[in-house]
Amino acid sequence: MTEEKFDAIVIGAGMSGNAAAYTMASRGLKVLQLERGEYAGSKNVQGAIMYANMLEKIIPDFRDDAPLERHLIEQRFWMMDDTSHTGMQYRSDDFNETNPNRYTIIRAQFDKWFSRKVREAGTTLLCETTVTELAHDTEGKVIGVRTDRAGDVILADVVVLAEGVNGLLGTRAGLRQTPKPETVALAVKEMHFLAEEVIDQRFGLKANEGCVIEAAGTISRNMAGLAFLYTNKESISIGIGCLVSEFAATMESPYDLLENFKNHPSVRPLIAGSEVKEYAAHLIPEGGYKAIPPLFGNGWVVVGDAAQLNNAVHREGSNLAMTSGRIAGEAIVQIKNRGKPMIKENLALYKSMLEKSFVIKDLRKYKDMPALLHTNSRNFFTTYPKLLSQAAQNFMRVDSTPKIEKERATTAAFIKARSRWGLVSDAVRFAFAWR
Amino acid sequence: MTIAVTNIRVEDKLYQNRYVVDSGRPHIKVRPHQSPSVNLYALTSVCPAKCYELNDQGQVEITTDGCMECGTCRVLCEASGEIEWNYPKGGFGVLFKFG
Ligand SMILES: Cc1cc2nc3c(=O)[nH]c(=O)nc-3n(C[C@H](O)[C@H](O)[C@H](O)COP(=O)(O)OP(=O)(O)OC[C@H]3O[C@@H](n4cnc5c(N)ncnc54)[C@H](O)[C@@H]3O)c2cc1C
Ligand code: SF4
Repeated sequence: MTEEKFDAIVIGAGMSGNAAAYTMASRGLKVLQLERGEYAGSKNVQGAIMYANMLEKIIPDFRDDAPLERHLIEQRFWMMDDTSHTGMQYRSDDFNETNPNRYTIIRAQFDKWFSRKVREAGTTLLCETTVTELAHDTEGKVIGVRTDRAGDVILADVVVLAEGVNGLLGTRAGLRQTPKPETVALAVKEMHFLAEEVIDQRFGLKANEGCVIEAAGTISRNMAGLAFLYTNKESISIGIGCLVSEFAATMESPYDLLENFKNHPSVRPLIAGSEVKEYAAHLIPEGGYKAIPPLFGNGWVVVGDAAQLNNAVHREGSNLAMTSGRIAGEAIVQIKNRGKPMIKENLALYKSMLEKSFVIKDLRKYKDMPALLHTNSRNFFTTYPKLLSQAAQNFMRVDSTPKIEKERATTAAFIKARSRWGLVSDAVRFAFAWR
Repeated sequence: MTIAVTNIRVEDKLYQNRYVVDSGRPHIKVRPHQSPSVNLYALTSVCPAKCYELNDQGQVEITTDGCMECGTCRVLCEASGEIEWNYPKGGFGVLFKFG
């Protein structure tokens, strides 16, 4: 093994690493992939929604055998206060199409499948192997890696860092900074098992149709955060995440938040009687465009969560990971086919290709959103949801109060809580950040 | 069938998970200290696996057995040198069945 030199080493067998390894191996490159878990997916956590389009670009016929749970026909957004939720709901039978657009998946199972495809394409995969260090030549070019297995440096022309949000190797090697507490969210998640028919019934679904709920409000106790509930075939993934900086400032316990969410009167009936089979925790990069580190250098590129390529506004991460992995792979194949060395100047191709894709375009679009939500979390996550609930209740309760008085009361409540200027400025800033 | 919705003991939650513990080789260590910093202290409630706890002398101690390798403590306390953070040796640590 140590005598061999590879065209590329991929660190990590998550979404981005698998996409990169598949792309390179299927185009004839000699690829080694290293994964610290017992199997691909054993360390990975996701909600999880998987977006078909981005996987189709890698494995067009994935629907034939990928472990997909349900395809989504309905999405609900809930603004929650302690006893109520104000919701928006979109459901369409159009999503019952031949090639559905979004699916729920279970990461450990999906990653195992993806990894099998990657190996079938010719990649050599070594699991139970933690990469401990990047190896450099005297000029500082990355030339390989060291692992916790016995043996020397494993050599390669280029190393693809697909190591996920913690990005230990890249940060230790000084290629980028360790994520800051305000640029990562900590999410906790449980898997609740229920009979398929019970899930169908509770959410009004049939035959593989799925529904997801995303919820914000007082459930995150003044922190910037989001909770989710995703229907799988025979289970419900339920979780909540908030910024690490805010967890530290408030000293809230993530499992308390999760229990609280599960016990909310709007949520509890949906999971009642379920059997919990796993509790997981993971970070999510939330820094957005401004947190993206250098993406390439001499002998290396970085993809996926390790590069903070995650769209917190739309809850998309795995598709950006898959796409950045694929594009990095394509760039490396092009450079290799031209017979050029894997040095910084040439690997810049990866960045320019990525900039033309939705990955960077989307992140750039929302570049001001993280700062807005995070500096204003009390208004967005507590004040507004409470006000919305009051307004809705005011609207729905029929009593002898004249409607005009109800309307005035609602407006007054908003202004009292946030001042006219505050409301306008939040609205304007929100509109600009969204633009 | 268990109705787990009223149960908030983290230990019970972690009990559902699969771990391969590398006995005697904890992957995270807390530097000896007199009294913990604000961030280190925060970990006693923020760590999702409740690995960090105060001892009788008011110092923060870690037991890594239930660790889910999320990295939260690293993000909060590695830069100040209060903790030393690594992944477990390949194959060890938490093994998610679902993820
Ligand atoms: C709770 C939660 C919900 C989410 N929901 C969604 C969702 O609904 N839709 C969506 O699109 N995205 C979602 N995401 C985001 C998504 O999970 C990530 O964006 C995606 O997994 C990133 O893929 P990646 O390959 O970059 O990293 P990962 O999937 O984290 O993979 C990194 C891999 O590298 C390995 N590794 C790390 N270091 C080393 C090392 N030194 N040596 C060897 N191996 C190493 C790890 O074991 C791991 O397998 C969610 C995330 C969380 C936490
Ligand atoms: S990595 Fe996460 S689970 Fe493990 S000790 Fe640190 S905060 Fe706790």
